[in-house]
Amino acid sequence: MSEETYKIRIKYAKMGVLKYIGHLDLMRFFQKAVKRADFDIAYSQGYSPHQLMSFAAPLALGVTSEGEYFDAQFNSLIPSDEFVRKFNEQMVDGVYVKDVILLPEKAKKAMSIVAASDYVITFKSEDDLDFTDDNKTEKRKVSDIADKKKKILEVVPYLLEKETIEVFRKTKKNEKVEDIKKGIYKLEVRKDNIYMFLATGSEYNLKPESVLEALCNEAGVEYNKFDYHIHRIETYYKNEDNNLVSLLETGERII
Amino acid sequence: MSELALSDEILMGIEKPARYIGNEVNMVRKNPNDVDIRFCMCFPDVYEIGMSHLGIQILYDTFNRRDDVYCERVYSPWPDLDRVMRDKNIPLFSLETQSPVKDFDFLGITLQYEMCYTNILQVLDLSGIPIYAKDRTLDDPIVVGGGPCSYNPEPIADFFDVFYIGEGETRYDDVFECYKAMKDDGSSRVDILHAISKIPGMYVPSMYEVSYNEDGTLASFEPIHEDVPRTVTKEVVMDFNDVHYPEKPLVPFIQVTQDRVTLEIMRGCIRGCRFCQAGMIYRPTRQKDVNLIKDYAVKMIRSTGHEEISLSSLSSSDYECLKEFTYFLIEEMGNQHVNISLPSLRIDAFSLDVMKKVQDIKKSSLTFAPEAGTQRLRDVINKGLTEEVILNGAMQAFHGGWNKVKFYFMLGLPTETMEDAEGIPALCERVAEAYYDIPKDQRNGKISITASSSFFVPKPFTPFQWAAMLDPDTYIERAHHVKDTFRQQLNAKSLKYTYHESYVSVLEGVFARGDRKLSKVIYDAYKSGCIFDAWTDFFDNDKWMAAFEKNGIDKEFYTTRERNEDELFPWDFIDIGVTKRFLLSEWKQAKKGVVTPNCREKCSGCGAAKFGGGVCFERGK
Repeated sequence: MSEETYKIRIKYAKMGVLKYIGHLDLMRFFQKAVKRADFDIAYSQGYSPHQLMSFAAPLALGVTSEGEYFDAQFNSLIPSDEFVRKFNEQMVDGVYVKDVILLPEKAKKAMSIVAASDYVITFKSEDDLDFTDDNKTEKRKVSDIADKKKKILEVVPYLLEKETIEVFRKTKKNEKVEDIKKGIYKLEVRKDNIYMFLATGSEYNLKPESVLEALCNEAGVEYNKFDYHIHRIETYYKNEDNNLVSLLETGERII
Repeated sequence: MSELALSDEILMGIEKPARYIGNEVNMVRKNPNDVDIRFCMCFPDVYEIGMSHLGIQILYDTFNRRDDVYCERVYSPWPDLDRVMRDKNIPLFSLETQSPVKDFDFLGITLQYEMCYTNILQVLDLSGIPIYAKDRTLDDPIVVGGGPCSYNPEPIADFFDVFYIGEGETRYDDVFECYKAMKDDGSSRVDILHAISKIPGMYVPSMYEVSYNEDGTLASFEPIHEDVPRTVTKEVVMDFNDVHYPEKPLVPFIQVTQDRVTLEIMRGCIRGCRFCQAGMIYRPTRQKDVNLIKDYAVKMIRSTGHEEISLSSLSSSDYECLKEFTYFLIEEMGNQHVNISLPSLRIDAFSLDVMKKVQDIKKSSLTFAPEAGTQRLRDVINKGLTEEVILNGAMQAFHGGWNKVKFYFMLGLPTETMEDAEGIPALCERVAEAYYDIPKDQRNGKISITASSSFFVPKPFTPFQWAAMLDPDTYIERAHHVKDTFRQQLNAKSLKYTYHESYVSVLEGVFARGDRKLSKVIYDAYKSGCIFDAWTDFFDNDKWMAAFEKNGIDKEFYTTRERNEDELFPWDFIDIGVTKRFLLSEWKQAKKGVVTPNCREKCSGCGAAKFGGGVCFERGK
């Protein structure tokens, strides 16, 4: 490995059936894709060298996203467009690379600077639901969801007006009531869906599921995680001016 | 998003949903409406095991090269999903198109070990295909079995329409052509099967009738039609350099058992160990051209992105260009940060040099498989490894820095005595002593020796097919005695000994040399809830015992009974090239403790030369 390496940041989308692939498996998928593409990636030193690659905020199983990131170190560079093209030759249905940027030499890892993400939450339609078990008590009707949706969308504009927003949160040790208001930067109805902008990362991490739970509590409906589909739009960091901006703005495209 | 067979709620509620969604790198996509034949390939175990199997990758690639065939895959749903599918009546589906297995023309099931038999019934049952072949109609796929266990298919004969005997690469084209011609011409299912039974290598159980003697042994095994062959000769690839090999194998998302490129360098084994079925059924030994496999190695790493490559053969040390190939790999793969794994290597100067280059000595261990504890018994089983060879190899390795050794043994081998059993700890002790003879400053701390023994199961098409399997109580007693003897060794602290439980081996023993009477037992065991018997967590011996009892089947008839030399075996209708006469003479030599040279030292006339190639003709005879 040469002393000097280039730090690049890759933005990718994880859609469709890829939502059933866990974070670690997706990392392995990208490691193999990098090898297949024959990229000039840098390896660590030592007895079993590994690719110098690190992923930003991990995505929970079942969630899709078009704003995922990982960083990698390369020995040499090619233009961003070519990076994107070569990556996408190695992808499968559901996952694709959206952009590649070159980071400044001193740039911190994506993982350590992630500060927020935004999500769109859609209510599932009849097609997505499992109605095959007619004789089971878990049977749910489409009208149930439509009713829930109406009630939840009604409370969305008012939730942030509350002084505290309390939900049960599971930690490793126990469950406790927590005020999650400080983690919600934006919460609104957009085209019949819920849009939320939430704190993510090491400082404070709020999952969209917790907000959905709070909304259900407020609307007086039962929370069922299978009623919704969660989709992450973008991942953000806090720039020098204390503004939350896309992780893609941490560097320059390679021309 | 492509349509999945399972809903989001189901997939999010089970372990590892990635097992059931397909979409892997190098998965083949075709429109099922554009092909004449839909073939569903099944490994009847969980995805991670099935995806590690080379044979399926070869056939998947070979079949999909045909424009008129679309080969897809299915694996056993794990018990968590199995329950959901039964509850909700969800039919089993293929990974590629997520469509019902029942809609396919063929369901091919690979038979790698006996303990997967109830999983075959699970796959049929969940697919909605009648479990017994006789109950199937034209609407059901033709169920084909293949792989090592099809060399005695009789215990599961009632569940299959066809068994493909031998190597899969050669004869499927004929089967497909035959099926294509008949599928829409008004032929009945029986007509189609009858036609298939005339294709070389195909065994259609319903075309044969068996009768038994009063003592339960086989009296006759006859075709029911004159034009159905009396014997089925195994299929074998004779041009080993001109046969399809998957240059773009499937790459799973989740970590599977063999998460690497597997490169087959040789098929068959020259050694002739008398307990080993693979050593007989894959004769004659055939090697791949070294330049061909160099090319494959590079292409397969490129097409998969795998970080490890492993060589596949029964005895890599006997591959004649191993040195050249290994050093090529070290050079080529090292640059690409690809690890090399070399199983089944004899320990010598070359292999130690290679291991030093490709492994971390601190983490790796030396592996020996003497199989038996004394030279006398090793001669009986025709295992060439001598104590001198083991000690020499070990000493070289110790001087090179190694300090971990693994030994594999079997207990319950024919003619085995207490003295042979005690030979196991004695051999391990001598290796430990040899280690401590090395001056302290030249060795690497303490030695650690791990020995394990499995319960020997006599297999069809081996010289031991006549032998009695030890009864399980005596086996356990013997294992206990070995364990006690280990504790009495001088270096007992450096020695560790484990042995396998006996229950599963007993069942393997029953099915390995079983007959058609056993299908009822397998059916009842399955119906009482047995699946995933190869998994300790799910294996339920009591249920199996109840199934034997219910059907009045005596296990000992199949296991502990020594067979007469003239007994007709249920698998005798298969011709593997190696003759029964040769196996019998080997059985006699075994009992006398006389070894037989390997195929390269001297041809012993086993019969495999009739295939006209491989090691039998290496020296231009």
